[in-house]
Amino acid sequence: MSGLGRRKFLIYGSAALGTSVLLKACASGTTDSAAESPAADAAATGESPAAAGGETIKVGILHSLSGTMAISEKSVVDSTQLAIKQINDAGGVLGKQIEPILEDGASDWPTFAEKARKLIEEDQVVVVFGCWTSASRKAVLPVFEEKNHMLYYPVQYEGQECSKNIFYTGAAPNQQIEPSVDWLIENKGNTFYLVGSDYVFPRTANTIIKAQVEAKGGTVVGEDYLPLGNTEVAPIIAKIRQALPDGGVIYNTLNGDSNVAFFKQLQGAGLTPDKYPTMSVSIAEEEVQAIGKEYLLGHHAAWNYFMTVESPANDAFVEAFKAEYGDSRVTNDPMEAGYISVNIWKQAVEEAGSEGTPTDLEAVRTAAYGQEFDAPGGPIVMTPNHHISKTVRIGEVRDDGLFEIVFETPGPVDPIPWNQYVAETKGFSCDWTKTDVDNPGKFEI
Amino acid sequence: MFISFLDGLFNGLSIGSILLLAALGLAIVFGLMGVINMAHGELMMLGAYTTFVVQNIFKQWGEGAFEFYIFFALIAAFIVAALMGLLLERGVIRYLYGRPLETLLATWGVSLILQQFVRSVNWVLVAGLAVFSLLYFGGMWLLQRRSDFERIRNLAIGILLPLSALIALLVGRIMATTYELAVTQPWFGAQNKDVTAPSWLRGGLPIGGYQLAYTRIFIMVLTILCVVGVYLFLQRSPWGLRIRSVTQNRNMSACLGIPTKKVDALTFALGSGLAGVAGCALSLLGSVGPNTGQNYIVSAFMVVVVGGVGKLLGSIFGALAIGITQYIMVLEF
Repeated sequence: MSGLGRRKFLIYGSAALGTSVLLKACASGTTDSAAESPAADAAATGESPAAAGGETIKVGILHSLSGTMAISEKSVVDSTQLAIKQINDAGGVLGKQIEPILEDGASDWPTFAEKARKLIEEDQVVVVFGCWTSASRKAVLPVFEEKNHMLYYPVQYEGQECSKNIFYTGAAPNQQIEPSVDWLIENKGNTFYLVGSDYVFPRTANTIIKAQVEAKGGTVVGEDYLPLGNTEVAPIIAKIRQALPDGGVIYNTLNGDSNVAFFKQLQGAGLTPDKYPTMSVSIAEEEVQAIGKEYLLGHHAAWNYFMTVESPANDAFVEAFKAEYGDSRVTNDPMEAGYISVNIWKQAVEEAGSEGTPTDLEAVRTAAYGQEFDAPGGPIVMTPNHHISKTVRIGEVRDDGLFEIVFETPGPVDPIPWNQYVAETKGFSCDWTKTDVDNPGKFEI
Repeated sequence: MFISFLDGLFNGLSIGSILLLAALGLAIVFGLMGVINMAHGELMMLGAYTTFVVQNIFKQWGEGAFEFYIFFALIAAFIVAALMGLLLERGVIRYLYGRPLETLLATWGVSLILQQFVRSVNWVLVAGLAVFSLLYFGGMWLLQRRSDFERIRNLAIGILLPLSALIALLVGRIMATTYELAVTQPWFGAQNKDVTAPSWLRGGLPIGGYQLAYTRIFIMVLTILCVVGVYLFLQRSPWGLRIRSVTQNRNMSACLGIPTKKVDALTFALGSGLAGVAGCALSLLGSVGPNTGQNYIVSAFMVVVVGGVGKLLGSIFGALAIGITQYIMVLEF
């Protein structure tokens, strides 16, 4: 064979081009039907009508649609689009239709920053809904601060952050991690082993957990981290058994694929939930489906929302979601938060009476404070520290792969972004309505 | 003390056998044929997805049938991955023999395509691809029978390609708008899929205070069977003899009447099929998702390189050495 001839190159080149065009066409065919609205059609064909201030309000959705995080983020995109569709069907915001512009962060943090800049500068969106991992949020944060723009972040996270340009609609640590540790000490024992993925969220979360367990008189006998995506968990399981020969609590902050291997092999090694109860903060309904409920029976998870929450708002949400995306789909906490984000933003825009072009973005931001919404997981309020108050729940995996809610706070818990167990941030608070302090994002009380 | 040593040895051997199973197909494809197949991990992923599908079929047939699905899944995974490997060899790799760099890039591209394929595959995509292939390749095949094919070839491609792409696109569009969710819903989606071991593989064999997981024992036995099977195939069967002779001296073998192209395709399909078996077995321990293959590909190459390229026996020792070292390293440090 003598190299790739010109003719051959032409043939393969055109074949590749043809295939890629075909694939792209099929892909866009899918998105179209997923969000069947004139706005979505326009977005797909690239003929967006004029700039903001025309017939539509442009909003950005920035999530990983490819790469390792697509597993989780795709479902948040689905619920965000559902919320937008519902609002559009009901007449839109301020009489205008919402036009979502979807960008793929590709599980790559610099790409997130680039796409955020593109959404703000080129597409002139008035708000962005997106990000999942803390790493991606930290990557886009400088962009949003530089442009003084607005991001709605829908995932529970490690706290220790309070930006003027982000609304955090997921849980702060005191709305998920701290109540779950208290519950474990009360009900399951006070010897802890911490397992997590090796990145910012698990490490910060475990710092908080260690401080809290010690403050409550318990002990942390060991702590281990796996690189993201690593599935060789046998050594860690052996270490847990060495450290806790007679059983104890495993606090699990693993993310992604490692969870599957961890729970499958935990059962194989005979570490059953009656002796080794686990509490997970990254396993929701979708992950239970992906791991297999047989492996998770009796294990616990802490969230603000479970699909099994009994309320009219949740029934409506689940029903609408299934009608849109298929009967086999489940809803989970970040999806609910994505759904809340859009609705809170809509209410803020309506109260401000303006969609928030770069000049009056400030008005929409302040109008968001105090916005109440009857979310699927119970009533929520947007507080001036840019987090929302929400109910905390602990669930136990049951036969059908959903969660039996075994604990629920009597009402919504107010968010505390700066952690009060960690020495460095003890005594700090955040309130963006304050004008008498240097930095409303972090000041000493 | 003795029991904890035994537990450590078991875990080390078990990690080693997982690595070996993942690397066995690669040892043939890379070791014997010299093809750097970056899509090896994705062939494992296809095996894992096949397991998922087979499992769901058996689930419908009731609890009794479900207990045995894993054996059928192993066979199905082998066949699916082998067919995919055959397609890959016939469609891409055979044009690139002797050019490792191009092979590496091409197979890497294939691995990305396969990853995205399982994420977005739905009836629309499948129908579109089928219509496109039927029109384009069918048309080319018909035209090939004309005597002046060489002359009109470029023109034919120029007309057929956009035409069939357009028709395929239209078919997809029409399907998507008529049947909506039923055909646009992805088969698998981006989420991980659950593969549950049959109940006799869950739990483990208690020894002292420890427990040896049945799945790990199963995988060790399977690895031994695969290694023995590959050894016997290569050393004792006529096709094995041909494979060995082609890998040693391609030109001489061709002169002696061995159909080298057929041998290439067969060898590659065998290696791919083994990747499928590995994917099926590993779905019992790990996750099944678009990225499954990525988790194993690096260690698989490591095993083949450590063991010595082209030496099956070397791969065995390479895998066990890496497995035991990995276990001890994580445990002690």
